[in-house]
Amino acid sequence: MISNSEKQEAQVKASPDQQAPLLEIDHVTRRFERKPDFAAKLAARLGAPINRRTVHAVDDASFAIHQREVVGLVGESGCGKSTLGRIVAGIDDPTEGRILYRGQDVAHASGEATRKFHLKIQMIFQDPLDSLNPRYRIGKSVSEAARYHKVVPEEQMAEHIEKVLLQCGVDPTTQNRFPHQFSGGQRQRIGIARALALRPDLVVCDEAVASLDVSIQAQIINLFMDLRDEYDLAYLFVSHDIGVVRHISDRVVVMYLGRIVEQGTTAELFAKPNHPYTQALLSEVPSLKRRHSSFHTIKGEIPSPLKPPSGCHFHPRCPHAMERCKLERPMLKAVASGHMSACHLNDEG
Amino acid sequence: MTDMTSNMNASGSSEDLAAQIAAANSFPPEPPARPIRSAIKRVLTDPLGLVGTVIVVVMLLAALFAHWIAPQNPYDLAVLDILDNRLPPGSESFSGMTYWLGTDDQGRDLYSAILYGLRTSIFVGIASAGIALVIGSVMGLISAYFGGRTDTLVMRLVDIQLSFPPILVALILLAILGQGVDKIIVALVVTQWAYYARTVRGAALVERGRTYVDAARCLALPSRMVTMNHILPNCLPPLIVVATMRVAYAVSLEATLSFLGIGLPVTEPSLGLLISNGNKYMLSGDWWISVFPGVALLLLIVGINLVGDRLRDVLNPKFKD
Repeated sequence: MISNSEKQEAQVKASPDQQAPLLEIDHVTRRFERKPDFAAKLAARLGAPINRRTVHAVDDASFAIHQREVVGLVGESGCGKSTLGRIVAGIDDPTEGRILYRGQDVAHASGEATRKFHLKIQMIFQDPLDSLNPRYRIGKSVSEAARYHKVVPEEQMAEHIEKVLLQCGVDPTTQNRFPHQFSGGQRQRIGIARALALRPDLVVCDEAVASLDVSIQAQIINLFMDLRDEYDLAYLFVSHDIGVVRHISDRVVVMYLGRIVEQGTTAELFAKPNHPYTQALLSEVPSLKRRHSSFHTIKGEIPSPLKPPSGCHFHPRCPHAMERCKLERPMLKAVASGHMSACHLNDEG
Repeated sequence: MTDMTSNMNASGSSEDLAAQIAAANSFPPEPPARPIRSAIKRVLTDPLGLVGTVIVVVMLLAALFAHWIAPQNPYDLAVLDILDNRLPPGSESFSGMTYWLGTDDQGRDLYSAILYGLRTSIFVGIASAGIALVIGSVMGLISAYFGGRTDTLVMRLVDIQLSFPPILVALILLAILGQGVDKIIVALVVTQWAYYARTVRGAALVERGRTYVDAARCLALPSRMVTMNHILPNCLPPLIVVATMRVAYAVSLEATLSFLGIGLPVTEPSLGLLISNGNKYMLSGDWWISVFPGVALLLLIVGINLVGDRLRDVLNPKFKD
């Protein structure tokens, strides 16, 4: 619970441009490159062919997240969705492009002002045990950053931490325990409390419920939704679990081999998936209604991100692939209001 | 959407299913909260570990309270009687004092000299290991955290350092610096920091890859806090093992240097110097001058190594039974 005056202040700030996105991911590219070592440099000097191995983990991705919005980011393993999440959270830096928080670039700048913006974007991790320092009592884990950044005055700190823990469903009297003394779900709640203690506007959840069992998943997801109502939080929900994403997201972004292939509102995207990859992905979600249907797995394997296919990355596995798909990269184009897809089929008419 | 929620609730209410899920998700055994405290407990319950600990503690206490326990101050030349030189163990002096371990060629009571020598040896060992630990840990942490060129630079320095035999490096340094406790500590630090740097770097690289370090960076904590508060404390277990072993090594290296006559001044004998003094009279049958300090040195090093060995077994998850 934020105090009333602060809430009003927040509303005043937000109201003039309600339509302006909270966070914009602006043509973000992240390349991982193996730098040539001394021997390789020497070999290159002597005329050996230079073998540069570059992985485009994220390739020119752009989308926006608005206040209170839950954006689901889905794709197969290795498609770059986690990397994009880490870039948004400020753990990794983009090779190119900008991350704009309320219009301010947070990815490339440093210093006091940007650190303040940076704090407004927090992250929750997949493995709740590994994400907590095993030598910190959980009270310290949750309060360390809030104390360092002076989120609330020191005399109110204990109260602040207690409130945050309670809100996340952690008994504040257990603050003196170590992470290993909690269950998986409790640890994830502690991780959420740690993020929440900094009063963020946007929380990146990187597979945040994937390591929890199903009944706990439901609890944690409900907690996310309660916190959104309480704090007007926005979420970037990175997950391979399409069922969960469908359940909680307002909008869904689909990635394939580092590129965004489709994005749209959840209802629209699930009702009318446009990109062949999205169609294939959705057809694999198990459903209670068609229990005995056979799986139509996407044919072929995910190509190596070291050598992605030319043109549209999906063409070797696409049932509708044309000559053009091998040559030209399809750009994201609107197919309906708020629904964009990167597929040449949309141009054929 | 509703399908899914009801599905979740259904599985949550069925206890059998929940138990099955829990069994399927069996987690790896969790690390103890206080690995060091529980390790100490496990060292003490092992017979060899206990023996080592007792030896080390007794030696430490003897060294610490040497000036109270020792019947004679071997550094005070006024109380030494040259006429008492090279008396065999158990002989009595003119003043009526019994030399239980005999005397050396200066007429020093060997028992007192060993206690004082122990103090010098342990002080040099712990001080040099401690300083080397601090320097090495900082270098290792910097190397692991910043990576790239810094890493290459520090690690090549370590490689160069380790490629020289430590005794040679110490000999050269002492030849330049001269004699004295401070100088021998400098020489030992120079020969030893690299071991710590390498150990800490290895451990820190592992820790740096763990999610809680990412989390700390996401919380916008400064690098100094991430390395010192998060990474370093989690690197302590291997560091403690190396430090224990290195103390023993420093003690023996100091003894070697003193034996060679370039360590400590003759007026303040360490164990190595006592052994060296007695060496001349070994063939004359005056065995006790070398043998008793030698036994003390041996006990000290064996004791430290027993503790270190056991600590390594306990702190290394690969050796866990």
